[in-house]
Order: sequence, then structure tokens, then C-alpha cells
Amino acid sequence: MSELTATPILEAPRAEGSNDQTMVLNMGPQHPSTHGVLRLVLEIDGEVVVRLYPEIGYLPTGIEKTCEAKFYQQVVPLTDRIDYLSPMHNNLCYCLAVEKLLELPIPDKAQWMRVLLSELTRLNSHLVWLGTHAMDIGALTVFLYTFREREDILRIFELVAGQRMMTSYFRIGGLSMEPPLDFFDRVKAFMKTFPEKIDEYANLLTGNPIFVNRLQNVGHLSAADAIALGVTGPPLRASGVDFDLRRDMPYSSYEKFDFKVPTSDRCDVWGRYLVRLEEMKESVKIINQALAGMPEGPVKADAPKIVLPDREKMKTQMESLIHHFKIVTEGFAVPAGEVYQGIESSRGQMGYYVVSDGTAKPYRVHMRNPSFATLQAVETMCQGRMLADVVAVIGSIDVVLGEIDR
Amino acid sequence: MSVTLADKASVLREKGDHPAVAALVGWKPEALADARWDREELTLTIRLEDIQGAGVAVQQAGFNFLEDVTAVDWFPATPRFQVSYHVLSHKFKERIRLRVLVDGDSPSLDTITSVWPSANYYEREIFDLFGVRFDGHPNLRRIMMPEEWPGHPLRKDYPVEGYR
Repeated sequence: MSELTATPILEAPRAEGSNDQTMVLNMGPQHPSTHGVLRLVLEIDGEVVVRLYPEIGYLPTGIEKTCEAKFYQQVVPLTDRIDYLSPMHNNLCYCLAVEKLLELPIPDKAQWMRVLLSELTRLNSHLVWLGTHAMDIGALTVFLYTFREREDILRIFELVAGQRMMTSYFRIGGLSMEPPLDFFDRVKAFMKTFPEKIDEYANLLTGNPIFVNRLQNVGHLSAADAIALGVTGPPLRASGVDFDLRRDMPYSSYEKFDFKVPTSDRCDVWGRYLVRLEEMKESVKIINQALAGMPEGPVKADAPKIVLPDREKMKTQMESLIHHFKIVTEGFAVPAGEVYQGIESSRGQMGYYVVSDGTAKPYRVHMRNPSFATLQAVETMCQGRMLADVVAVIGSIDVVLGEIDR
Repeated sequence: MSVTLADKASVLREKGDHPAVAALVGWKPEALADARWDREELTLTIRLEDIQGAGVAVQQAGFNFLEDVTAVDWFPATPRFQVSYHVLSHKFKERIRLRVLVDGDSPSLDTITSVWPSANYYEREIFDLFGVRFDGHPNLRRIMMPEEWPGHPLRKDYPVEGYR
């Protein structure tokens, strides 16, 4: 065991030159507006925040360590548990990384289905964000409305994957199975009603003077600070940086879709709200394009030693039975190497770094999770502002503690 | 199959005009210990003592966004640890990997928080889970495990299951 630099937490956040005027206040880990087990240690002067110190580590699950003891395919269900509000993004990012290691081409239909479900996941996550963010500010009604629509999305997930939240529907080499027959009709029906629901939320919030005053000019983060502090996703785009991995470094055939990347120059919580609302409208556009142009064909790659065979084939063909047995008992070897795959998740840039030593288990899996880096910027956004603004700022970066602690 | 350039000489020959490679060679040719182009990804191995300067060099070359820092434990091989930095360029829409190899006994290297402040949490995470120290880090404390936790969980000699 190496020696540790243990600093008592209450001594750590005192700012230089601070005097007895300031007071150290503990917020969390069981605070309703910290969306999980985030603990903030604040040094406040009256009601003004002098320093803010996020203390995380109340939820580590050791997923990165567990991955090293599993076959490549067995890691997929673990990735769901990291960011439980956007499980499909985690599945997608991990699968793309391993497929890059294997240099495995994926059929078109699987790629388009992945895009479609990724965007549904984004809607799902943004709906939770909108509901809880508004609830933190004091507008409880919106929460009930957004969870009504989220329920529809979760039902679609259940239809397609058998699970509402921990979907594990994307597999290495494609999808776990064909989508059910009424899947596209259900998504189409949802897409018909959903766009007016976004206007309904906006109607409740955008013109609401209390909501507007609580959000405007709060949590200022300049573009330079955002880049220096590793902020990605909607908070970065709300600081005026026009960068989105879906458009700029496309993956899973996103280059075939036509959509805009909403940005804002406001650099505040209000800007992040506007950007996310616009993003929901763009997601609807992408889903409609995916529904209209969904290619025909298989949803699994033609790689019998990697992808599990169909049930029917397994029961009638000797070779498929052998492949099935080998994949389940021994996994499949992945060529040695290291890859990093980034995708744009609901919260920002997610990345999976997978290192293989040529065996059937990953040598190292590391996740770059957007919330983890974005949390570093909270102090910059809150310094010199009122204590009540901290709640608005935490809501605006949309933290998920599951992906911070992993 | 994509093209693989396995050593420094071939990367310098084929990718010599890549902005990050050119910046590093222009700054200090001996800082670049090794290079590899594999699966459309560029990996540049930097000498241990030059990582801070290399960070500044690639940052000035347009690789402005530090996306991720992490480590790999190659136990029992030597040098034991590999620290990987993934740097993204908003301008070139491209990503590179800087890589530093760190010795196993009392592993330490310079922090890059002075170049990219966002490295703060990532370096704390590596310190916590691998026991690699970062010299000059402003707040090198455990970030996920409790302060009194024995050992570093992501090291390969730390068991996955059971008690120690």
C-alpha cells in the first residue's frame, strides 16, 4: 500500500485569504437535488459561494475491474449499469469499440436501428433531465408530463429488448435479435404525438418568469473554460462551441442523416436548457429519417465465430451448434491492440478505451463518462453566485452519479 | 483490413505531415520514443520526462481538448504501467493517443493539469486505482475509494473477487 495524502475534507475547500466570515456547508450526499449521491462541500460567505468542492465516491461499483474477468460479450450488460438513463449509448459505445478491434463490418439495418434507438435513448434521458431540472427549480408539474412520455419510450424499449432500463439490446456484431413486428408502428405512433409535447413543455417553462429568472445569467461558463475543464455535450454547445461527435466524427452511419447541431452563445443555465430542447427536436428528425429509410437485411454480422447463431439454425445445423457452444463456453479471441471509441451520449462525449491482449477477455476497459469531467466545471460555474443557484447549475449539467463513480 | 504502421520510422515516413507528429518532431525529436498507426488511430509514445512539454506542443498544434486519461497495468511486464492520454482536436476532428510508460516501483510522472486543468480528476482516479503518483498535482487524493482503503483496485495483482 502506498502512502496517501489524506487531507481532512473540511480543511480542503478553504479559499486563500478567507477569514472567519465564511462558513463551510455540507450539501449531500443525500440531497434531493444532487440526483444521486453527490456530495458538495461549499464554503459560503453569507449566501455567496466562495468555493465549491465536489466529493464523489459514494457509489463505486468496480465495473472496470469486473470487465477484466468477463468475456467480451458478457461486458455488455455491465455497461447498462453505468449510465442508467442512457443504457443504449453505453451498449453502442462498447460494441463499436470491440467491433473496431475485431475490424468487423456491421450490416446496414443494425446500424440504422442503433441510430434510431440511440436517439430514443437521448429523448428518454433528456425527458428525465427536463422533469427533474424543472422540479429542482420548483416547477413540479413538468415532471409529471415528461415522465408520461418517458413511459412510452420505456415501453418501446421493453418491446424491443424485453427490458425497460437495462436493455443490453446491442451486441457485438449487431443487435441481439430482429425488432418485433409492431416495433416500427409503435415508434411511428409515438413520433406522431411527441413533437407537440415538446412545445407543451416549452409552453410551461420558456415563458414562465420565475423559471426564466432562476436560469438566465446563472452558472456562467465561457467557451475557453469549458474546453479547459473537459466539458462536453449540451453544456459545451451552450457555451458556443459547435462540436458534436455525431456530425464531426460520425459513427454507426450518422453521416447519412440530416440534422442540425443546436448551439447557444448564452454560456448560462438558460442556454443549456434551450440547447437540450432543440436537441430533442433534432432527435425527432433523426428518428423519422431512420423510420423512413430503414434498410432491409440482417441485423447481425456474418461472423459465425463471434455472433451467436439463430435459434433455428442452432437446432438444425451441427456447425451452428458447435459455434454456439464455443462462444458461450470460451468466448471469442479478440486481436491484440488498443482502441478508443467516442460517441455523443445524452450528457456529452462518452468514450470506451478497450485494450486487448489477444485473449477472450478484455485486458482493460476504461470508460470516459461525460458527467465525470463536467463535474469539474461546477466550481467555476458557481463561484461568486448565490447558494440557491448551485441547484440550478447541478440540474443544468445533468449529472448521473452512476457514471461518475462507475 | 486497415493499414498498420508498427514502428516510429514508418509512422514518420507515412504520417510525417500529421500536425501532432510534426509538432512533436519540431519541438523535440528525441521526446518521441515510439509511434504506431493502428485501426485508424495514432499512438505516440512519449518519454516519461517530456509528457508536460509534449502536451503543450500538441495543444499548440491544434489538439485542444483532453478527452480522457487512464492507465493500463502490464504486470508482470516491465515497465509496468502505461498512462494513456486521449487528445481531441476540434479543428481537425481527429483524436490522438499519447502514451507514457512508467516503471513499476514507486511509479510517478509529471502532472499535465497545468496544460489541461481537466486532467485533475483523471489523474486522481489513476492515483486512486493504480497507485501512480502525479508530481505537481494540486490535490492528489483518493477520489473513489475511501481514504483508508488498502491497495489499488485496478492493479492486476489485486483480486477481482473475495477478500485479500
